Amino acid sequence: MTEDRPPRGRVIAVDGDTAILRGAGGDRRIAARRGWRPGDLVDGDAVVQAFAGGDYPGPGTEVARLPRSRLARLEARGVALAALRRFFAARDFLEVETPLLVPSPGLEIHLDAVAAGRGYLITSPEYQMKRLLSAGFERIYQVCKCFRAGERGPHHAGEFTMVEWYRGYADLDAIVRDTEELVAEVVTAVAGAPKARVAGRALDVAPPWPRLTVRAAMRRWAGVEVAGDEPAPDLVAAVRAAGIAVADDTAWDDAFFAAFLARVEPALAALDRPVILEDWPAPLAALARRRPDDPRTALRFEVYVGGIELANAFGELTDPVEQRARFEHDQAIRRARGKPVYPIDERLLAALAEGLPPSAGIALGFDRLVMLATGTDTIDQVLTFSSHEL
Amino acid sequence: MYDTSDIRKGLKVLIDGNPYTVVEFQFVKPGKGAAFTRTKFKNLLTGAVIERNIRSGEKLEPANVETRDMQFLYKEAGDLVFMDQSNYEQVTISADLVGPSHDLMKDNLPCTVVFFNERPVDVTLPTFVILEVTASEPGVRGDTSGNVTKPATLETGATVDVPLFIRIGDTLKIDTRTHEYVERVNK
Repeated sequence: MTEDRPPRGRVIAVDGDTAILRGAGGDRRIAARRGWRPGDLVDGDAVVQAFAGGDYPGPGTEVARLPRSRLARLEARGVALAALRRFFAARDFLEVETPLLVPSPGLEIHLDAVAAGRGYLITSPEYQMKRLLSAGFERIYQVCKCFRAGERGPHHAGEFTMVEWYRGYADLDAIVRDTEELVAEVVTAVAGAPKARVAGRALDVAPPWPRLTVRAAMRRWAGVEVAGDEPAPDLVAAVRAAGIAVADDTAWDDAFFAAFLARVEPALAALDRPVILEDWPAPLAALARRRPDDPRTALRFEVYVGGIELANAFGELTDPVEQRARFEHDQAIRRARGKPVYPIDERLLAALAEGLPPSAGIALGFDRLVMLATGTDTIDQVLTFSSHEL
Repeated sequence: MYDTSDIRKGLKVLIDGNPYTVVEFQFVKPGKGAAFTRTKFKNLLTGAVIERNIRSGEKLEPANVETRDMQFLYKEAGDLVFMDQSNYEQVTISADLVGPSHDLMKDNLPCTVVFFNERPVDVTLPTFVILEVTASEPGVRGDTSGNVTKPATLETGATVDVPLFIRIGDTLKIDTRTHEYVERVNK
């Protein structure tokens, strides 16, 4: 029973002449002072705020409903954030903050934005960060909230934290190295070693990580050959031949993901190392440019750690004509599926027309990184308050 | 109609004309792919469990399923008669629907009955029932080691295996899911 610091915090239990005090740094057992009752907030010997709710229901059931395990994860989250900022500062990246409320939230077919005021909350800070690259910044990063309507699950929260960074005059390999080193540094800062934990299993995240192409992964685990330029019915037939049920009129990307999620993702989850899954087929290019040597393949990679999709990177599309064509294509599909059709971000296209240096960038889910570093299986447990706790 | 945001444990839906209840679900969304809810459904008629991926935007048809708290009244041939205490309505349900635990049912036992299109399809008993022993041979003295048991007949006519120290007149706690003795309870 040591008192190296004066008592400050909430008395969560009193047992005879001993009290358990919860405050910064965790729970500690100290000598109870006269008049302390469970639930009281104390500072030094004095009660600064007596618990007013009758009998104190005990830790973990207090009004805020933050159990001790959550407080420990939130402390780890702060440590992770500090390590992340040190990482970027050491590499001469500038931290930027772009607006969260925008008129054009991004046209990706499978992302729905949250309407706010006369615009939308961002689903990613990508468009504005690219305008900064065009304006002359070379290495920029951002840590910000992003919002996606209807996403809620063990790895999804409708409001979450994204880390996004870009390198001008650089290729995807530079981003691979950044990602490997960043994840290793942040996990080490939290866990004391480059060991992430998923579902109680340890994963060595020390660089370099194994790399695998999407086609090789689909061939190995799903038994499906993916060309990237085949018509949707051909891919549907190949997926069916591999024993995965999909409907006749399934779209190319839905057929791909049916096989990917059924066979490839579980196989990736069983690996004991992070994986760089690279060379995505062109229909899944999103905002990536195609490989100059193979237009059926996009310069895009994803990072999977223990089955968790942690990050997505692009060799950025810099051609304003192709970018406009992709936006219009996405708008047409959104319209056909009865989804809201967001306006095209003309200022982004203008920035591309003015010139974007050859660039590569990545978006990494910070909450998921904290999950990996702390061995937490659900995103809600690394958030201060999840949506059902508000 | 329900959509994927309505999916929760216990939601009753109609699939291919059969009533199902959701037993497990998980939101899945690859970064650049379509969202869906991986859902496990239990068929309320057969108990069979199926897994389906319900895409965001897809609709589910609600099943006309109602859950009512009812009291077991008495047995009549192979049937069980229940009463809804809110309106005193009586229904007769085949003992087969309850399964082997029907012989643990004592008069006035509170149960949960699930109706599909007004037809009873499932009866859930309380997890534990307390019943008196009406017949059992005395245990053999000295043979008290390990899991030695003997059969005992309970007031409802059911037979369960019990420890040797159990005597006629004792009241026992029985698990209706496993048909097994749990412990002796004091009256």
